[in-house]
Amino acid sequence: MSAATSGAPSLRARPAKRSDKPQKWGNPGIYFIAFLFISVSLGPLLYIVLGGFRTNSQITVSPAGLPNPWVFSNYIGVLKSVTFWGEFANSAIVGVVTTVGVVVLGVMVSFALARYEFKLKGAMYSLFAAGLMFPLVVAITPLYIVVKDLGLIDSLTGIIIPQIAFGLPTTVIILTPFLRAIPKDIEEAASIDGSSRLGFFFRMAIPLAMPGVITVAILAFIASWNNYILPLYVLNSQANYTLPLGVQQFSSEYSQDTARVLAFTSLSMMPALIFFSVFQRRIVGGLTGAVKG
Amino acid sequence: MSHTLGTAALGRGRRGAPQVGDAADTASPTPRPRKRRGRVRLRLEIALLTGPAIIVFVGLVIFPVALAAYYGFYKWQGYGPPTDWVGLGNYKIIFTDPAFQQALEHNGLIVVLSLVIQGPLAIGLALLLNQKVRGRALIRVLIFVPYVISEVIVGTGFSLMLQVTGAVNDALHNIGLGFLATDWLANPNIALWTLMAIITWKYIGFAVILMLAGLQSIPDELSEAARIDGASYWQVQRHITLPLLGPTIRIWAFLSIIGSLQLFDLVYIIWGQYISGTAGTSTMATYMALNGRLAGNYGYGSAVAVVMFLISLIVALCYQRFVLRRDLRGAVTQGVN
Repeated sequence: MSAATSGAPSLRARPAKRSDKPQKWGNPGIYFIAFLFISVSLGPLLYIVLGGFRTNSQITVSPAGLPNPWVFSNYIGVLKSVTFWGEFANSAIVGVVTTVGVVVLGVMVSFALARYEFKLKGAMYSLFAAGLMFPLVVAITPLYIVVKDLGLIDSLTGIIIPQIAFGLPTTVIILTPFLRAIPKDIEEAASIDGSSRLGFFFRMAIPLAMPGVITVAILAFIASWNNYILPLYVLNSQANYTLPLGVQQFSSEYSQDTARVLAFTSLSMMPALIFFSVFQRRIVGGLTGAVKG
Repeated sequence: MSHTLGTAALGRGRRGAPQVGDAADTASPTPRPRKRRGRVRLRLEIALLTGPAIIVFVGLVIFPVALAAYYGFYKWQGYGPPTDWVGLGNYKIIFTDPAFQQALEHNGLIVVLSLVIQGPLAIGLALLLNQKVRGRALIRVLIFVPYVISEVIVGTGFSLMLQVTGAVNDALHNIGLGFLATDWLANPNIALWTLMAIITWKYIGFAVILMLAGLQSIPDELSEAARIDGASYWQVQRHITLPLLGPTIRIWAFLSIIGSLQLFDLVYIIWGQYISGTAGTSTMATYMALNGRLAGNYGYGSAVAVVMFLISLIVALCYQRFVLRRDLRGAVTQGVN
């Protein structure tokens, strides 16, 4: 819905604005407040990462202290465990398949909504826009029943398909303006050159809308990687657990072994962190673009 | 897996279609059937493009909600077709259950406190960062990190830090503020504020990013003109920047309200399944999980889902009707264009 408020976003990725890098340093107070704010933002995450390098006795004696000496056995233990890698693989499979599904279905329906004229268009768009108001949590109990009736309980498919369904509203709302922003002239030129509408879709529209496609893909992947409530309802056996369930299971199973829990937790947030640092410009830009246009 | 196969097959079908259509077009001698065939083809294209998404979306988003409305009238354990019709019985229990009333109250408090705490803080920080700052891109990324980390990790980390013998109390002792140390999670007078602090920590970055984007879309000429006319920095912010930031603030507030009404993960992970009620942090969603799935009472859980759904819907529609009206110009209620 947010994108609906604004005009169509520009086709090209927003380049890093020069105005982001002013020549002067400005007021030092700003840096102090920014530093405070960043410390608070990163502090708890540092606690998790550093805690994994300590022993339980270190943590008991001085809960807020630093590793002294540094201990690597917790991390090595987790990295050697089959449980961690099994859950990692499950999360990766669910994340990739969900992302592909969301993008393929989302691009198709957004293209129809952006470039075709038909009677139900307005209603269809409203339907997806309304879907934004109802995240998974509201529908989880009945959704669980539907997944059960489909025979997909305790399977990764039982998470993937609902995730695709709930990822579609954001995708449609972000992509439709992107696809609509492609000038009509390009489509006419393509059609004069003998391209059909669908040929235009594959050869012109998708490449031109790539920034939007990448943004929705990243959003879908991170949402899937972090999803908790759906796996909580759908998955029963530990072999099928995704990482969020795994973290929770591990922390209750080894509740006495705080250092190991912290190591496990810290390793399971690394993929999302790495993914974020690689694509941060897209994510931050995409979210702001979705709202601002 | 079967799903990906399905879309792959559809993709092939789609790619096949135009060739067939092209052949038919060149073969037809008269323009009339060609036109009709073109219209059929157009419909077919629309159906192929929108069909899969509509089926998945309606089947797994709209249909379950409709199903919940049906199951909500039954006492049902989740096996076989529901038979034990109780009419509005489930709803009567929901609205007379003090536990649900408390959960609803907590949700209401979280909605209000999120707006009151995060709103001014995010606007202030965004105004600050919108000035001449070096390394703004880096600052922007770093404050956004907590938003990307999953609720499970945030919850696990904070519940360890906030234990009575945890890092937070230890740090307070170390800096001579030991008298502030307390049981952050179990004390019912404090737990909700602890939750608010964690929510603020997790979601403030998102709010700041939105506000910054909103600020950067405001043309500099306006504030420059005001400066030339003698307005002070604060006058410019108050009378030019804030009103122009209005649409961004209203959209953020909407997302925040809906998010607060759905709050589940953080509470469920930090306060566990059972003690959120006694600590005073239960929400409608944790109430639903506790009394629906964990109690094996799916009819009742569905009824709670319907209540949550209706509350969210009413809030969303009212907000759109009265607050977002100017910004949306009917985008959601009247559709595209």
